[in-house]
Amino acid sequence: MSSRDNILSKIKQNQPELLPLPDLSVLGTEQYDLVQKFTEILEGIGGTVLQVSDFEEIKKFIVSNYPINARVISTLPEFSENKDWQIADPHTLKDADFLIIKGQFAVAENGAIWLTETEMGQRVAPFITQYLAIIIEKSAILPTMHQAYEQMGSAEYGFGVFLAGPSKTADIEQSLVLGAHGARGLVVFLV
Amino acid sequence: MSKNSKQLITHNSQLLSHSKAAEIFNKDFDRTTWHDETLYFVRQKRDKAAFQINDWELLRETASQIKNNVLSNMHDYLLQFEENALKNGIKTHWAKDAQEHNEIVFGIISDYYGGNIPKDTFKGMVKSKSMLTEECHMNEFLAEKGIEVIDTDLGERIVQLAEEPPSHIVMPCIHWKKEEIGELFHKHLGTEKGNKDPQYLTEAARQHLRDKFLTRPIALTGVNFAVAETGEFVVCTNEGNADMGAHLADVHIASMGFEKIIPQKKHLGVFLRLLARSATGQPITTYSSHFKKPRDGQQMHIVIVDNGRSTQLGREDFRNSLKCIRCAACFNTCPVYRRSGGHSYHSAVAGPIGSILAPNLDMRANADLPFASTLCGSCSNVCPVKIDIHQQLYKWRQVLVQEGYTPTSKTLAMKGMSTVLSNPGIFKFSGKVGRMLMDKLPFLVNNSLNPWYKQREMPEPPEESFRDWYKKNRKNKKYI
Repeated sequence: MSSRDNILSKIKQNQPELLPLPDLSVLGTEQYDLVQKFTEILEGIGGTVLQVSDFEEIKKFIVSNYPINARVISTLPEFSENKDWQIADPHTLKDADFLIIKGQFAVAENGAIWLTETEMGQRVAPFITQYLAIIIEKSAILPTMHQAYEQMGSAEYGFGVFLAGPSKTADIEQSLVLGAHGARGLVVFLV
Repeated sequence: MSKNSKQLITHNSQLLSHSKAAEIFNKDFDRTTWHDETLYFVRQKRDKAAFQINDWELLRETASQIKNNVLSNMHDYLLQFEENALKNGIKTHWAKDAQEHNEIVFGIISDYYGGNIPKDTFKGMVKSKSMLTEECHMNEFLAEKGIEVIDTDLGERIVQLAEEPPSHIVMPCIHWKKEEIGELFHKHLGTEKGNKDPQYLTEAARQHLRDKFLTRPIALTGVNFAVAETGEFVVCTNEGNADMGAHLADVHIASMGFEKIIPQKKHLGVFLRLLARSATGQPITTYSSHFKKPRDGQQMHIVIVDNGRSTQLGREDFRNSLKCIRCAACFNTCPVYRRSGGHSYHSAVAGPIGSILAPNLDMRANADLPFASTLCGSCSNVCPVKIDIHQQLYKWRQVLVQEGYTPTSKTLAMKGMSTVLSNPGIFKFSGKVGRMLMDKLPFLVNNSLNPWYKQREMPEPPEESFRDWYKKNRKNKKYI
């Protein structure tokens, strides 16, 4: 008998009698001012949140905050026409300075933003870039993770991530340092 | 770093019992206090995060019930997961034990190179945190085959450079001071001598590991949750190391204990709300990555490991330990863990949960661990999936005594105690002798040969026993 069959038969023999699954519909009743809660939580974990009225404002922010020779990549035509990076070897993104993309929706209780590879352009992009910017519609902020999974439903993706803030570590004496392996900074534009 | 931890290079090789190792750890009083306070600070952050959620207790109860359902339907969920993962293009493998897990991983690497593994340094693997590979001693196994495993979580890289195992499952180098990390990095990564700034040291590690991510073709990650309904798995990190490894590598291997399965995707909502808040007091980890299909041209493998778990599933008193989501809240709150350090547990998973998991793997080698507890119950109170940890510790003690795995000194002491307590004459006599000795010859009791005297003062002996007092006062009818 293969290991697989051995393991499965031992599990079948040893597992207790069937117990029911609990009801999840009673969870996630928290009431928040969604924009305010999302902003407060995300800034508390090292992100920056800016409310903007249009893409022009975002462009101005990028120009005034990042050097002219920075490698900016984006999935949005408003910021970059170049799409070659999306089909290139992911290793070639090692010198990406700034990635700007759109998030599907966000979660107020924990500051997380849901992205799938469609929004990312490349799976590694939001991790390997030095700095990351994500655009979120204010109306796409949900209260808790329960609503987030409901929103997701059975939508297909190969890879997806809840991303909450810049990469960080506190492994050295519990001192918080931003920029462990992923993006050093995250700015979220709320439109 | 304390010299003693060098003796504990690999887990599960018990060189010292928990109490002996803890005694050595406690020799540096200030350091022990620092360790204690650091962990309690994390426990307090957990409380603060938990109190912000109105339904926190309901969430814990719900998570517990989901996990109870998982244990009761494990067989079908695993089959469902396998079927869906295969549909998604993920290759599944099953390992009955640590050895088979390691051989499967080696086999995948060997196949990638067409059976001809090159002899240069770039054949190696980047690994993000996986306690299962610690449990299986995978790094050592692959090193013997000439494959270098680079741990990429900062804390794990630190202990790896120091040739030590992690001392905590969430914060692997919680026992290290920044001066020591500065020294270690100076030696291995060429940082400035004497620089102990966490920002500077983290940046050095970022550069050092970025080079590894960009050059290693194989990435291994752990698994936090595997969803039966969809065949996807979720990996949680703050640093982004799992993603940097997996999305750059040609081959992604994910290793999971079979208990990581959950029924449906919507259940992730419950667990992701609990995990980081319980672990570090964060609202969620920076990255909760959902791996469903390999990217174009990439291989994705999942190794489902038993290694004693199916036996534990059959032990009614102990099966609940398989509900664990590895948040380590029980470590951070445990007064014994905080003042004895993770290495004292000589097991990949230390702390209270480790002490109920380890005896299942090897009763003899881990017979000391269920005794490394005050049974105060704080662990059970913070557990996000409501495992009755302290009750299981108590039950393990009974099993270990019955099976004859306790030290002779303890067995003899207990037998002696039983004779005294079941015989009123001897009880009366020994009480008298005890009071007399503690009064007239206290050094006979208060000496280093008496383990109860360690870090404790013995109480003042009472002038008379309750029995004598009762006899006297009953005669006087004063209180009756």
